Amino acid sequence: MTWTDVTYVPIQPAAVLERVGASEDGAVAFFMGIVRNANEGRPVSGLEYDGYRRMAKAQLSAIVAEAAERAESDRVAAVHRLGPLGIGEVSVAIAVSAPHRAQAFEAARFVIEEIKKRLPVWKREHYLDGETAWLDGHVPATERGGVR
Amino acid sequence: MDVTVLLFAGHRELAGTPSIVVSLPQRATVDMLLSALRGRGEGWAALPRSVSVAVNREYADGDTVLVEGDEVALIPPVAGG
Repeated sequence: MTWTDVTYVPIQPAAVLERVGASEDGAVAFFMGIVRNANEGRPVSGLEYDGYRRMAKAQLSAIVAEAAERAESDRVAAVHRLGPLGIGEVSVAIAVSAPHRAQAFEAARFVIEEIKKRLPVWKREHYLDGETAWLDGHVPATERGGVR
Repeated sequence: MDVTVLLFAGHRELAGTPSIVVSLPQRATVDMLLSALRGRGEGWAALPRSVSVAVNREYADGDTVLVEGDEVALIPPVAGG
């Protein structure tokens, strides 16, 4: 069973890991994104994530479903944090278990790269000098077009 | 017909609101909505020339035809992870 969430509640890494694993799996890949103390040389005091939460939940579920198909494993879990975060806090956590390590690594990598491309979430950095800025991001590709 | 427009991040600051309801002619497209929004002046006029849009929580393009009650979100370049 895959599992996803987009939440204002702090991420508990161990709880994400517990969402994956099966007796046929010999590998678990686990990725976390962490708030760091600087960006492009500018000291950062913290940041906030704004999100279109209902759409982000649907997008994250779709990304994880694609990853599960690629990994031939439905043991894929991913969560993205919203709201204010301090240095060292977890912004995203992804766990994949699969029979072999290549599938697990590849699926975890796929999930984080797709999050960067299309999860409707935005990051505002707060700098030590008191200024703030919305970070430049990635323009998402249109998934469907035309008249409906 | 009325559609609800949602704004996020820098777009919300330009517009000064998280959401508005906009009245449009029947069979209006996403591009027509964007023109109507820019025509409101002030911060709205400063919306980027190219804006990603989601209709009812799925990415859509400018030709997408809107219907009464649609939830249209302007999506700034995304920066998750």
